[in-house]
Amino acid sequence: MKKGYFGPFGGRFVPETLMPALMELEAAWASSTRDKAFRREFGALARDFIGRPTPLYFASRLSREFGGKKTKIYLKREDLTHTGAHKINNALGQALLAKKMGKRRLIAETGAGQHGVATATGAALLGLECVIYMGSEDARRQALNVFRMKLLGAQVIEVRAGSRTLKDAINEALRDWTTNVKNTHYVLGTVFGPHPFPSIVRDFQSVIGKEARAQILKAEGRLPGHLVACVGGGSNAMGLFSAFLKDKNVLMTGVEAGGKGIESGKHAARFAGGQIGVFQGAKSYLLQDEVGNVLGTHSVSAGLDYASVGPEHAYLKETGRVRYTYATDGEALEAFGLLSRLEGIIPALESSHAIAEAIKTAPSMPDGSIMIVNLSGRGDKDVQEVARLMGREFEKEKTSPGERKTGSL
Amino acid sequence: MTKGRLEKRFGLLKKEGRKAFIPYIMCGDPTLEKTGRMVRLLEECGADAIELGVPFSDPLADGAVIQAAGQRALAAGVNLRVSMEFIKKLRDQTGLPLILMTYYNPIFRYGEEAFAKDAPACGVDGVIIPDLPVEEGLAISGEAARHGLDVIFLAAPTSGDDRLKKVARASRGFIYFVSITGITGAKLDVSDRLRASVEKLKKVSKKPVMVGFGISTPEEAATVSSIADGVVIGSAIVKAAGELPEARLREYLLALRAAIK
Repeated sequence: MKKGYFGPFGGRFVPETLMPALMELEAAWASSTRDKAFRREFGALARDFIGRPTPLYFASRLSREFGGKKTKIYLKREDLTHTGAHKINNALGQALLAKKMGKRRLIAETGAGQHGVATATGAALLGLECVIYMGSEDARRQALNVFRMKLLGAQVIEVRAGSRTLKDAINEALRDWTTNVKNTHYVLGTVFGPHPFPSIVRDFQSVIGKEARAQILKAEGRLPGHLVACVGGGSNAMGLFSAFLKDKNVLMTGVEAGGKGIESGKHAARFAGGQIGVFQGAKSYLLQDEVGNVLGTHSVSAGLDYASVGPEHAYLKETGRVRYTYATDGEALEAFGLLSRLEGIIPALESSHAIAEAIKTAPSMPDGSIMIVNLSGRGDKDVQEVARLMGREFEKEKTSPGERKTGSL
Repeated sequence: MTKGRLEKRFGLLKKEGRKAFIPYIMCGDPTLEKTGRMVRLLEECGADAIELGVPFSDPLADGAVIQAAGQRALAAGVNLRVSMEFIKKLRDQTGLPLILMTYYNPIFRYGEEAFAKDAPACGVDGVIIPDLPVEEGLAISGEAARHGLDVIFLAAPTSGDDRLKKVARASRGFIYFVSITGITGAKLDVSDRLRASVEKLKKVSKKPVMVGFGISTPEEAATVSSIADGVVIGSAIVKAAGELPEARLREYLLALRAAIK
């Protein structure tokens, strides 16, 4: 395979100004993976600061409700990490790498705010300057995380261009990086962008799958039949999937944001509704119009609301190794409520998409199946937005009593 | 193959000992009709070639001025195909070299091979693709060259010697040196480094070196043109075209032209 590519996907489509920085990063990454001291330092932080390993939790009530006697649903509890989502695995790793490279300033984009919070946390821990770019629409719906980032000492710049969501934040972060590349490291938050980011982020997140694999073997003595994870850029999914890619009998499903349904055009389901394109540094599936302009996206979850998807996912789709589907806003909201009530776990709206797919497929799995769902983050950040959406639903019910209730929220 | 318009123009400039003035405007900002008038004005004011920007939804190498121009052009329904057709019509009126500046995805969507064939057929002489580094651009560059279309690559202040060499070798028509570590329209910083980089490029290649990004005043244009073979001016002209009455705009363009020598 061509360097920096996953089959025909990936590559490095950035202005020349950034090319030397990407090469420097690639070299630093390669040397740090061989550097025992670096690995030891990161391992200690993963344990003592992030709180790894995270538990693999058997969700018995969820399994009883949706799996009958047949399917056991396990949750990989990335929501229990410090800062509340898997994002910290990568952000802290890259922050450490940046410091090693002598960069004094970290910048990052954020959608749901979890990656921004994680980067701000890494910057605070290591004493680095930190600037976070966030679409103003995302900042509105994830107001709690904006405040958290500020508490952690980061500067949050709200981006009012374009759709005012994740992609616009990435454009602005890339412009900042292009301008300040000499002293700045761009902590890209997902398995996207120019090489080597998709590989670096996957490697930092691969701890999820490595732990889950060992944990399920210990608990059940065998591998799971099915893995489920939500896919925005796709870092939590790559983190979980990467440890199982060679296990041919392990099915894997990536769940995109179906928004208000594919027909509505208001979604972020790149595989269901996109074509191959080149965007923000990588060749992958992209929601675009017929002349190559990038389309606006919609999802109830800011973290999945993105027009393209990690190039390795595009490759795994093309080879058929991973199946990709989507869950709608309504299904995700329903799963959000269900997991809260059945297991006492409030999931992030992003992870709720994976839960929605799990309860859809669990009943049809063969007897005695094991399923692992990546619970990539906790839902505290979403409570305010869900309350707002619920309020809107209740209003609708008052004016048109014949309409179906969404979920039992 | 017969000499292209770009090659001819640079040959002439060299013979006359002059430096190139290459203005950039956004195609369709705010209408194609206005762009047509701008092209005529720029030619009257002594432009040696014109860069026409193709609007894109996510212009990550551009600053605020060109982003806003792109938004207006998108609203006018302009895209890569429309820009090529516009140039085809424009060819009745001007013999100036015309260069498209477009992000890569519109070309990818159009089809690299089809673009390499159709663009020169429409009278496009060169194309600058700011998010396509040499490594990713060799295929389209080769294909374009077969049809007489120059793919112009960019070199940057961050490029080390090996990369300057790589860009110089791959670029056709001319080499575009980005004057600043930053996006279009940022503040220019004329340093020894700029001079050193341009000299390095000239040492490894006979191709003309144009310098752009951040140049806005006649004084800056004069300084840069004393270092390079020519100057590309974008954001400042886009801004002036949107704000100044035609007489003052003409004055400004003539002052730039006069400064570049």
